[in-house]
Amino acid sequence: MKHLLGIEGLTRADIESVLRRAEAHLHGAPDASHVLRGKVVANLFFEDSTRTRTSFEMAAHALGAEVLNWTTAGSSVSKGETLLDTVRNIEATGPVALVIRHRSSGAPHLAARHVRCAVINAGDGTHEHPSQALLDAFTLQRRWGEVEGRTVLIIGDILHSRVARSNLHCLKALGARVVLCAPPTLLPAGIEALGAEVTWRLDDVLPQADAVMCLRVQSERQGESFFPSAREFSRLFGLNAARAERLKPGALVLHPGPMNRGVEIAPAVADGPHSVILDQVAHGVAIRRAILEEVCQ
Amino acid sequence: MSPGSTLLRRGRVIDPRNGVDGVRDVLVRDGQVVRVSEAPLDVPDAHGVEAEGKWVLPGFIDLHVHLREPGEEGKETILTGCRSAVAGGFTAVVAMPNTKPVNDSVLVTEYVKAKAREADLCRVYVAGAITKGLQGEEMAEMGALVAAGCVCITDDGRPVMNAGLMRRALQYATQFDLPVMVHEEDLTLSGKGVMHEGRTSTRLGLIGIPPSAEVAMVARDLVLLEETRGRLHVAHVSCEGSVRLLREAKRRGLRVTAEATPHHFTLEDEAVGDYDTHARMNPPLRTRRDVEAVREALADGTIDAIATDHAPHGVLEKQVEFDKAWNGVVGLETALGLTLGAVREGALSLSRAVALLTDGPARAFGLPGGHLAPGAPADITVVEPDVEWTVDATRFFSRSRNTPFHGRRLTGRVTQTWVGGRLVFENGQMKESR
Ligand SMILES: [Zn+2]
Repeated sequence: MKHLLGIEGLTRADIESVLRRAEAHLHGAPDASHVLRGKVVANLFFEDSTRTRTSFEMAAHALGAEVLNWTTAGSSVSKGETLLDTVRNIEATGPVALVIRHRSSGAPHLAARHVRCAVINAGDGTHEHPSQALLDAFTLQRRWGEVEGRTVLIIGDILHSRVARSNLHCLKALGARVVLCAPPTLLPAGIEALGAEVTWRLDDVLPQADAVMCLRVQSERQGESFFPSAREFSRLFGLNAARAERLKPGALVLHPGPMNRGVEIAPAVADGPHSVILDQVAHGVAIRRAILEEVCQ
Repeated sequence: MSPGSTLLRRGRVIDPRNGVDGVRDVLVRDGQVVRVSEAPLDVPDAHGVEAEGKWVLPGFIDLHVHLREPGEEGKETILTGCRSAVAGGFTAVVAMPNTKPVNDSVLVTEYVKAKAREADLCRVYVAGAITKGLQGEEMAEMGALVAAGCVCITDDGRPVMNAGLMRRALQYATQFDLPVMVHEEDLTLSGKGVMHEGRTSTRLGLIGIPPSAEVAMVARDLVLLEETRGRLHVAHVSCEGSVRLLREAKRRGLRVTAEATPHHFTLEDEAVGDYDTHARMNPPLRTRRDVEAVREALADGTIDAIATDHAPHGVLEKQVEFDKAWNGVVGLETALGLTLGAVREGALSLSRAVALLTDGPARAFGLPGGHLAPGAPADITVVEPDVEWTVDATRFFSRSRNTPFHGRRLTGRVTQTWVGGRLVFENGQMKESR
């Protein structure tokens, strides 16, 4: 893997290789602190995300790398510097990898066409968030042993979700069935062509799910009339306690965070017996170490 | 410089308006076509030009180009735009009014005309704005623009969202018998969209523009046209729904004409690939089905003209995030090759393709030229039909290189362009008078 721009295009073997490395890191067996010793990993966050940035930072440190953190706050971007100017300037400092988070879909692809070092997509617009999908798959695989043949239900704002797209590609590659559930206004055109099943009848599909992933509802979408109100969204698509009772006994509940408790997920469900949300957080660093190793080797 | 007499010998003349397709001699004098003869002519004082094995066509007319001057001369000037035009076989272009300042006044119209006269290459017709500053609020002084020589009015690049204002513009224009050219886009439907809404936009996580953004406005304007009895010209038709409405409107005898661009009848939305901003245009590239529908409409006369929507942009406008990139592609120098591509694929007959570049646009706007009967202007494009070449954007005469066709193999190339009986382009070289 030269870059990690998205899950789309990765083979099952590519994905399994990252998951295997992450497993090794999770056990802490090999001392990895020499892997990137003396190297620099640059975090370029054009959009705030303390969680993802910190997770990549911890992963880079664990591999012995120095971390250069660059954010738009107070940067030259506000003075009209283009993405490519910034990327080229940072590249000139000699990093082995650029970890890029950006509001525009495809921004990491543009960067990758103009730099020699590795580019890791840490979330681009509404396109992909590959490290999140890998850690979600990792979480499921560790619980189940095998993702193949399982049904994963993803609920919420699919239209604007990079997490949903990356998870769809990743879970399909691993042999799972993926069902997307959202109001019709939040289901993007032609998503079936990417291998998803779609529905807006949550109560019909809920009992089939081996895992349910609730996506964050972005409150700013309400003003755009994709749905009438958070209350109505919650009533139709929220994973509340009553719905949670209709889950399969061993079904898992995931959320990529940050959660709107009481909107897309009820607090009791987020903290309840089905939830693997804390596992997801714990797996983030291991997955990102594995990713850095894959692209920097 | 006096054009004198020229005799183009033994070329295959294809002149759809006059029903000519065969080997002819074409005699040109004082800037006009004098004779088109099946038998070889012997005119001792004429300068002879051998055209055997070549096509001798009426000069191409492009109803839709952005010359960027005044205001964005770094992207294109009237001079470089005219060079690009004649290199592509175009002997006349219509310059859109979205310059800086906007052409909503006699001053800008006259400036463009003066610069075109100075460039002295092809004919440059000028389009005025429908509304002041293209703001969609108040009508520009249409009578003054017509008096200054504008051949149509358009807010191209933007729709006139206010239906009442659009209705009055169509009504008002009837006194000048002026075509009103429309960029059909309901902005409440296209929203922040940056490409066609479909599986590719979904895969890339880009906001889509549904076809309804165009079709709904075509429908609205056809309704207004029927009431006002004006003349409507629909720019860059991109989708099946628009074609269906236009076909029906024409059948009912409404005075509507339409154009399609080579990129819309050649490429699909998948050309965006992995965020290739050269495939970003408005209207966006659509689906295979839409491409087929546009091709059928070109073939059956529903669409009257091929227009390039030549829209030069610099590297800074294109080498950015896809959602921040500007819309548009340059088109003058690839139009013929792409059109002949559609002919080779069986979508169009050769004579229909030539009509779409010549007779169709001339009639749509009532422009001279577009055919080669005696008395017509000696605007002639000579084509070497079988030569294969590779598009190399770095060698464009246009000042800009924004094309999704860089590296594409095309067949058929312009070898000579004559404007008013004067050779202005030959074998890759400009023949400028200065
Ligand atoms: Zn235009």
